[in-house]
Amino acid sequence: MMIKEKRQIFIFLLFALVVLLVPIFLKGSYFLNVLVFIGINTLLAVALNLLLGYAGQISLGQAAFFGLGAYISGILTTRFPVDPWLALVVAAGCASVLAFVIGFPILKLKGHYLAMATLGFGIIVYIIFNETVDWTGGPSGLSGIPNLRLGPFVFDNDRNNYYLVWMMTLGVMLLSINLSQSRIGRALRAINDSEVAARVMGVNARMMKVQIFTVSAFVSAIAGSLYAHTITFISPASFGFNFSVELLTMVIIGGLGSIYGSFLGATILTMLPEFLRVFRDFDIVIYGLMLILITMFMPAGLIGGIEMSIKIIAEKIKGSAENNA
Amino acid sequence: MKKKFFSTMLFFVIATILFVFTAGAQAFAAPPIKIGALFSVSGPAAFLGEPERNTAQMLVYEINKAGGIKGRKLELVVIDTQGDPAKAVQGANKLIKDDKVAAIIGPSTTGDSMAVIPVVEKAGIPLISCAAGIKITDPVKKWIFKTAQNDALAVARIYEYLNKQKIGNVAILTVSDGFGSSGREQLVAHAKEYGIEIISNETYGPKDTDMTAQLTKIRASGAQAIICWGTNPGPAIVARNVKQLGIKIPLFMSHGVSSKKFIELAGDAAEGIMLPSGRVIVASQMPNTDRQKKALLSYVTSYKNLYKVEGDHFGGHAWDAMMLLKGAIEKAGDKPSAIRDQLEKTTKFAGIGGTFSYTAQDHAGLTKDAFVLVEVKDQNWKLVK
Amino acid sequence: MDNPSQLVQYILTGLSNGAIYALIGFGFAIIHNATGILNFAQGEFVMLGGMFTIFILSFLNIPLPMAIVLAIAFSTLVGILFERLAIRPLKNVKPLSLVIITIGASIFIRGAAMLIWGKDTHALPAFSGNEPLYVYGATIMPQHLWIFGITILIIIANKLFFSYSILGKAMRACAYNAYAASLVGIDVKIMVLLSFVVSAAIGSMAGIIIAPLTMTSYDVGIMLGIKGFCAVIIGGMSSGLGTVLGGLLLGLLESLGAGYISASYKDAFAFIILLLILFIRPEGLFKQKETQRV
Repeated sequence: MMIKEKRQIFIFLLFALVVLLVPIFLKGSYFLNVLVFIGINTLLAVALNLLLGYAGQISLGQAAFFGLGAYISGILTTRFPVDPWLALVVAAGCASVLAFVIGFPILKLKGHYLAMATLGFGIIVYIIFNETVDWTGGPSGLSGIPNLRLGPFVFDNDRNNYYLVWMMTLGVMLLSINLSQSRIGRALRAINDSEVAARVMGVNARMMKVQIFTVSAFVSAIAGSLYAHTITFISPASFGFNFSVELLTMVIIGGLGSIYGSFLGATILTMLPEFLRVFRDFDIVIYGLMLILITMFMPAGLIGGIEMSIKIIAEKIKGSAENNA
Repeated sequence: MKKKFFSTMLFFVIATILFVFTAGAQAFAAPPIKIGALFSVSGPAAFLGEPERNTAQMLVYEINKAGGIKGRKLELVVIDTQGDPAKAVQGANKLIKDDKVAAIIGPSTTGDSMAVIPVVEKAGIPLISCAAGIKITDPVKKWIFKTAQNDALAVARIYEYLNKQKIGNVAILTVSDGFGSSGREQLVAHAKEYGIEIISNETYGPKDTDMTAQLTKIRASGAQAIICWGTNPGPAIVARNVKQLGIKIPLFMSHGVSSKKFIELAGDAAEGIMLPSGRVIVASQMPNTDRQKKALLSYVTSYKNLYKVEGDHFGGHAWDAMMLLKGAIEKAGDKPSAIRDQLEKTTKFAGIGGTFSYTAQDHAGLTKDAFVLVEVKDQNWKLVK
Repeated sequence: MDNPSQLVQYILTGLSNGAIYALIGFGFAIIHNATGILNFAQGEFVMLGGMFTIFILSFLNIPLPMAIVLAIAFSTLVGILFERLAIRPLKNVKPLSLVIITIGASIFIRGAAMLIWGKDTHALPAFSGNEPLYVYGATIMPQHLWIFGITILIIIANKLFFSYSILGKAMRACAYNAYAASLVGIDVKIMVLLSFVVSAAIGSMAGIIIAPLTMTSYDVGIMLGIKGFCAVIIGGMSSGLGTVLGGLLLGLLESLGAGYISASYKDAFAFIILLLILFIRPEGLFKQKETQRV
């Protein structure tokens, strides 16, 4: 156990170091901008992974919390003279309270019904973004959202935004990794395996699920707020059902329950349009195919695939070495 | 074990595909003048992005075949924004920092345009948006121009006609997406100056398949005309539902459906419907004195020859953007700031969407004669004089 | 003001849309009742029905009824392929994996349809003309009568099939307890496949008869699928009258909501009702309560 934890810490520090050094090598490159979006999507994927990968509860309405974060931040800073940082805190707070309240009835549902209920919730929130034109600007969107700033330091270019977003993302990743190894993480996994068994063992399954749902909404709303303040323009189209499915795809491709998997999934899906430039229009087919194939053959996602490949290759080498001997 | 083997294979296949795509994307050599294009080729606004991309690619091909601009070839780098502001911003960054384009045409939608404006303004690259929203060029931004006619101009055409017919009370039915909500804003904002009262203001969703409920409500309101603002297929369903309900008052559509597709979808129900449109769908009916006629006919024939379908109003926005750029580069060379200054000096450029004259105070460049009123007669467009 | 006829029109509109939702809802119920799977790709069968018909009509010069039969056959084939390639090979079947696979399939089918047929919307000619029929000052299209007729036919056929035929009874047995069913000699795999066949056929049928009214395009399946799903949840996952009532109720709520409250929020009403039912009576409005076993 000790050794494993040490390894975990080492891997995380290595990852954080790479993240912090990357901008030095990417000076003036548009790739830094892509990495800002990868950071935001990683936050969202980790948030969904907490719910889906740890506790085994599906959500097809995750984009709603992302959107709530973005819109609450956007409305507070454009229509009222609210400081962007305060707006971020308010946005995350409101989304968590909402998640906590609806969490009780929604998480009573299981499997397909839960998927459908969260989908319905997502669509209702989307319709509200679209129709409350006086507040949200409706389908034409909300522009002129101010950047975040720390004293004289304004987060208005790619490098500054990169550090802003990735500080937040690294923090959330670290907390999530810790969570998975804590008592709460074990309780969540127990719920994932068998909720009844977990209850029998004395886990307050219902409260646990609602709490993780709330945390997930909290992180998503922070991502939404960061998104709004970096891109400075938001419109409902970014927060619809399609984006919820995209988030789901990120988590599944990367690997259920794996925090680095979420990062990998977010990276692949954010970059996929770049890869597919030659084969325009194919991305939707490829999303679908990836979801099916990975669920069928690689339940642990690409991260699981990498680990397994390494293991198999190691065995082969070991095997042939023994044969030779 | 078999399953494990398969999983490993799958992993390698995916990894290889991703690798090949990245390598492929970087293998292009860099030809002389690069123009960036941000179009929503897929996603909900594909009806804009697809004809725009096709038009731009066709023009670049034609220009290069004719020897390029002053002997230098053009290269068009198209990025699909999918109608998503985040992808548009990502794309704009790539065009500016990676491809180092001289200028950008697009985005297709007002939302995407608003999202990329801060990026483009900061980088100092001229951008000619193909979206209609007024706020793109109002207030004027140094590097931003646009070719799509303001929705206000289309609204003015309808309202003038209503004044002539002495119709005062109208009902509006708009789609709840970017296109419809912009139309709704303008319809409401300009009603008073024409003495028109909107007595029923309804919306429908872009994926709705039946609008009889809204139309029943409109019928009961006593409106003398209905104005519907949307893009296919919604307005075609509205036209059919109007016929089904036996509503006899005049029905107006927006330029969002000014293509043959609308007539095909609405069938008999399209007869007698009027709408403001760019001249492109009635190109051959324009008098020979019309300044735009030459450009219109050339666009219509070459598009039809290449893509086997009708070139439409939206493709025309890309035609105008591309040709305005070509003119500016011919005169001023390929330095972004020179292109921008030259664009601002454009006067009386006869394009597809209208006759453009940009000034330092006006980066939209059109007047309301950019729109004509057309009517569906015998399953075809007819110019209303 | 012609209030009475206005109300009649809202009701007629609601009922005709409701019948469409019910028809789509059946497809969900049949697969769910035989396998416990909630097929998120059901809406895509609806799309495939309409698109195949249009595609066949434009390539082969054959009469509409034949094109319809062919289109249903092709869509059913897609259903079979889907079951054989993506559902049957699954070993450890968790509801979560099934949700994700059917979502993946729905995205894949939609994307493939877009690549093959393009993004355009198409209209199918109406089966019996475009002259509206008048009912108490309100109107309805002849096509709506087709929808009502076929919905009624399908309820009757379902009832007969599941209550009286051996095959139908076997499918019900599988839904109740697949293991027990296999012990009495029922081939569970065949039954699962059969449920996909029936549900793809009904879904594509629905897509074809609504295409003259609603038009069709590669992405028409999402919203219609979700509405059909609402209908089947309200109806308590029945493949009979419950879903019809659920669909009609949903259609009425939408059209009355659009008429008397606000058209902008009409979809929101539908989903608020769905959530309330899931929260308060997850077994549906029209079903006896059952205890859940673990």
